[in-house]
Amino acid sequence: MEPIRVIESRTVVIPRENIDTDQIIPGRFLKVTDKKGLGKGAFSDWRYDADGKPRPDFILNKPEAQGCTVLVAGDNFGCGSSREHAPWALTDYGFRAVISTRIADIFRNNALKNGLLPIVLEPAAHAKLVAAPGFQIRIDLESQTVTLPDGGTAKFPIESFSRYCLMNGVDELGFLLSQADAIAAFESRV
Amino acid sequence: MADSTKQPRTLFEKVWDAHVVKAETPDTPAILYVDLHLMHEVTSPQAFSMLRERGLKVRRLDRTLATTDHSTPTLPRLPDGRYPWFDAQNEAQVAQIEKNAKEFGVELHGLGDPQQGVVHVFGPEMGATQPGMTVVCGDSHTATHGAFGALAFGIGTSEVGHVLATQCLLQRKPKSLAIRVDGQLQPGVTAKDLILAIIAQIGVGGGTGHVMEFIGPAVRALTMEGRMTLCNMAIEGGARAGLIAPDDTTFQWLAGKPRVPKGAAWDAAVAKWRQLPTDDGAKFDREVRIDVSKLEPMITFGTNPSQGIPVTGIVPDPVGEKDPAARATLESALKYMALAPGKPILGQKVDVVFVGSCTNGRIEDLREAAKVMKGRKVKTRTLVVAGSHAVKKAAEAEGLDAVFREAGAEWREPGCSMCLAMNGDMLQPGQYCVSTSNRNFEGRQGPGGRTLLASPATAAAAAVSGAVADPRRLTEGK
Repeated sequence: MEPIRVIESRTVVIPRENIDTDQIIPGRFLKVTDKKGLGKGAFSDWRYDADGKPRPDFILNKPEAQGCTVLVAGDNFGCGSSREHAPWALTDYGFRAVISTRIADIFRNNALKNGLLPIVLEPAAHAKLVAAPGFQIRIDLESQTVTLPDGGTAKFPIESFSRYCLMNGVDELGFLLSQADAIAAFESRV
Repeated sequence: MADSTKQPRTLFEKVWDAHVVKAETPDTPAILYVDLHLMHEVTSPQAFSMLRERGLKVRRLDRTLATTDHSTPTLPRLPDGRYPWFDAQNEAQVAQIEKNAKEFGVELHGLGDPQQGVVHVFGPEMGATQPGMTVVCGDSHTATHGAFGALAFGIGTSEVGHVLATQCLLQRKPKSLAIRVDGQLQPGVTAKDLILAIIAQIGVGGGTGHVMEFIGPAVRALTMEGRMTLCNMAIEGGARAGLIAPDDTTFQWLAGKPRVPKGAAWDAAVAKWRQLPTDDGAKFDREVRIDVSKLEPMITFGTNPSQGIPVTGIVPDPVGEKDPAARATLESALKYMALAPGKPILGQKVDVVFVGSCTNGRIEDLREAAKVMKGRKVKTRTLVVAGSHAVKKAAEAEGLDAVFREAGAEWREPGCSMCLAMNGDMLQPGQYCVSTSNRNFEGRQGPGGRTLLASPATAAAAAVSGAVADPRRLTEGK
């Protein structure tokens, strides 16, 4: 994984609450046996009509959304399924961070393992971003801050070990494998 | 019996503490040991690929158990012995787990195996899920296994890889949430109605960051099937895990299952399991109370599982919603569902009924549905899909299959089927389906499909009425 320190991009805003994993990547795209190319299925039922034609009124189909890598979404993003296909689809589409006021537990864990920053902000700061689609945001992982349209910044929490892994481009499995002795000792105890 | 020298602990804390390989620090999460790793074909292939890329093997084959359920067809084998796959991708995905299981030595109960079934029906039937265990699976409905007093939660595919390679996960300890259920369920009101009412109260994100423990007399009175239904949908309230303390109901259900201890080892296990329930005086981080004495059968009208109302209720009007975000959520749900606010949900036309899934695909669920359908004809397309071959066999031994067939319902082979429509069992755009599954998200049962979640009895009532109906009116005197 590429180390992540700073993400700078215009934002795209989907203000809906409870954007569930079936919207992020519908079940029919889960039949793959690898991770590649899932971006084409991201938000598929919102992006395309029944004939596969782009819906012009959906934000991701509008010119101003092209190239945006930061998604600002309504409360409780990523609820539902454990499918890691959700962050695979979002990162393959081009997103590098999702900002909400609450992010579902399993989605957040999955996002962190795929270089997709799950950022939870206080409602007041989040509201400023929702009100300013296309804002050129700067996310700094080291200081755990995002810039806001009013010139201010907002802090966000992130689990310390996940942050370390993201900033250094390492994955958690290496750490777990290095704990083989402790695991073996536990197994012999029980 | 709580050890009087120790702080009183919750069931969750006891199971958590017993599985900490290394305690968490500010810099690192806890290393949590996994007793049972269940697998299926959808969320495992990339994890096996990772093992291959890194030259790793499965650390504990004896703690790993797989089945196939999501992509499998629910129509019987063709005369030439082949399976009627919906498409080549489904077939390839199932072939992939068969190949991976063989190569890595994982015990797989796949298509053609008498134990095959929906992973959360299959695990308990095997006796693999036991009280006090940690259970994970690349599937959010792993919460189901909490019905046995196991700490059970869904994980992503990267974590499936972690567990395959190390039998461990890196986890921060979640908070605890007690759901205290007071009163007793009225006749005709089921565990499904109870969990839909709980989620309607706390919201779909209400349990985020928490493990739920369901407590109170109405929970104690539930059968294991009912408890599994309850815990199954903890995730729909945002909680990764739901828990119910094990008791005699649990032990009686488990006794004699293939993987549980036998003889003196069984007695020792039961004695140990009796220590698991939450101690008197143990503290939860949060507590929510719900009184169910007046609860009615529930049904959802919207596009998330918290949008539920009594089956005798009216579809809410967004005008009454003060919070703008909540109003927008409600408006968008009603638009997608094409339901008018302020109208009763009773009588709403239904096109398809689905009875099955890890939520309600067990023998007791099929009995509930059969009780309503017996001697009646369905007025909608109706799929009845047993959760496993064991359930199917038991249902056939009781003659339930004949009840469904005579009513005009389709009696299918086990699998996830129309819960998530991966295998071709799906709605047409615009169709309304009363479904015993767990998610009514937009397009979940097929693009444009409209899902109303309910209990097996309410689903069966819809099937024989061709519209949303109150099952209590159809089972009086039965």
